[in-house]
Amino acid sequence: MRFKTLRDLPREELFAPGHRMCAGCGAAIAMRWVTKVLGPNAIVANATGCVEVTTTPYPETAWMHPYIHVAFENAAAVASGIEAAVKALRRKGRWTAGDTKVVVIAGDGGTYDIGLQSLSGMLERRHDVLYILYDNEAYMNTGIQRSGSTPKFAWTTTTPVGAAARGKVQWKKDIMGIVMAHRVPYAATASISHVLDLANKVKTAAEVRGPTFLHIFAPCVPGWRYPENKTVEVARLAVETGYFPLYEWDHGKLRLNPPSNNHLDKSKRRPLREFLNVQGRFNHLTEEEVAELERELDSYWQYLSKLASISS
Amino acid sequence: MTLPGASQLPIGAVVTEPGSTRRNTTAGWRAYKPVIHDDRCVRCQLCWLYCPEGTIVELRGVFQIGGRKYDVKYEVVYDYCKGCGICANECPTRAIEMVPEVV
Repeated sequence: MRFKTLRDLPREELFAPGHRMCAGCGAAIAMRWVTKVLGPNAIVANATGCVEVTTTPYPETAWMHPYIHVAFENAAAVASGIEAAVKALRRKGRWTAGDTKVVVIAGDGGTYDIGLQSLSGMLERRHDVLYILYDNEAYMNTGIQRSGSTPKFAWTTTTPVGAAARGKVQWKKDIMGIVMAHRVPYAATASISHVLDLANKVKTAAEVRGPTFLHIFAPCVPGWRYPENKTVEVARLAVETGYFPLYEWDHGKLRLNPPSNNHLDKSKRRPLREFLNVQGRFNHLTEEEVAELERELDSYWQYLSKLASISS
Repeated sequence: MTLPGASQLPIGAVVTEPGSTRRNTTAGWRAYKPVIHDDRCVRCQLCWLYCPEGTIVELRGVFQIGGRKYDVKYEVVYDYCKGCGICANECPTRAIEMVPEVV
């Protein structure tokens, strides 16, 4: 059963307040909705990252689920082990908790860079695990260092802006392409600005048997340099300018979700400038650099439209 | 806060109380506090939806506002509100006002 309106969404809060995430944190909105939709019967393996550091200041925890914190590189491997253990106990009739879902929560550093091998292994071994990536486009809690997810020309502390350098040199890695190449049954992108879409994707991904992947766009107030009340606005602009398209890869078919399904036509997308202008990390961009980002975005959309038409 | 000794900790020093960050109120973080003007609220639920802390709670009941009747009402739990202002920014009817905290 899908959530049709906001009134259908679960009311029970399963992510305790009092955690130390920044005011206006995008990942906090993502975690709140992920835990609400998953319900209480889930086990969480959390890679090191913003969410881990801020939600578990010893001896406290914001989590209401059975929770394990593991290193950056092995969250997916640990979740694989948990899933195998649950399966073995169930086979022996000693698992009484019913249909428990094993979930990984990792940031972009723990997914794009350091945790990529364990994620790939988990997908390849076909563990029944839901992998949730909250993407804030840099290593934020250690002080805004660039990651494989940081977009080109973005300022970070390790990709400074000045006469010799213009922010990050490389393009953002296409993590969804890597995941889809593992022929997973279900993978999707979601944004904290489109909560109903996000909730339905968490639900679908939790119900599908086998490895599933969710890429959640979560803006970061200190790292992206925008006022803290604009988090949802920035996330919405990312979707509406086409910078972060919402789509799902469902058993070999690529489907664009509203509002991104209209964005194959470039004129339906808002100008990329609107997304870049609200963020301080893009303050230094010149007209040519914006044009370069726009060209890359167009070619990304062409790739997506090919993928959608081939698979349908 | 007195910390437990090494022999008093559970094995693996696991945290045994779920949701225990509730002990830590974050009210002191904010400079502005959101105030919901109920007469302007149209119950779109967006503030409740987007609050990163889950501090906007939904109350059930019968609420008579002017000539209109609603079955829900939204209120802020000020113990945990960090004052980010997302609720006020997203509110379509500008029913949420950010008021400076006075010490």
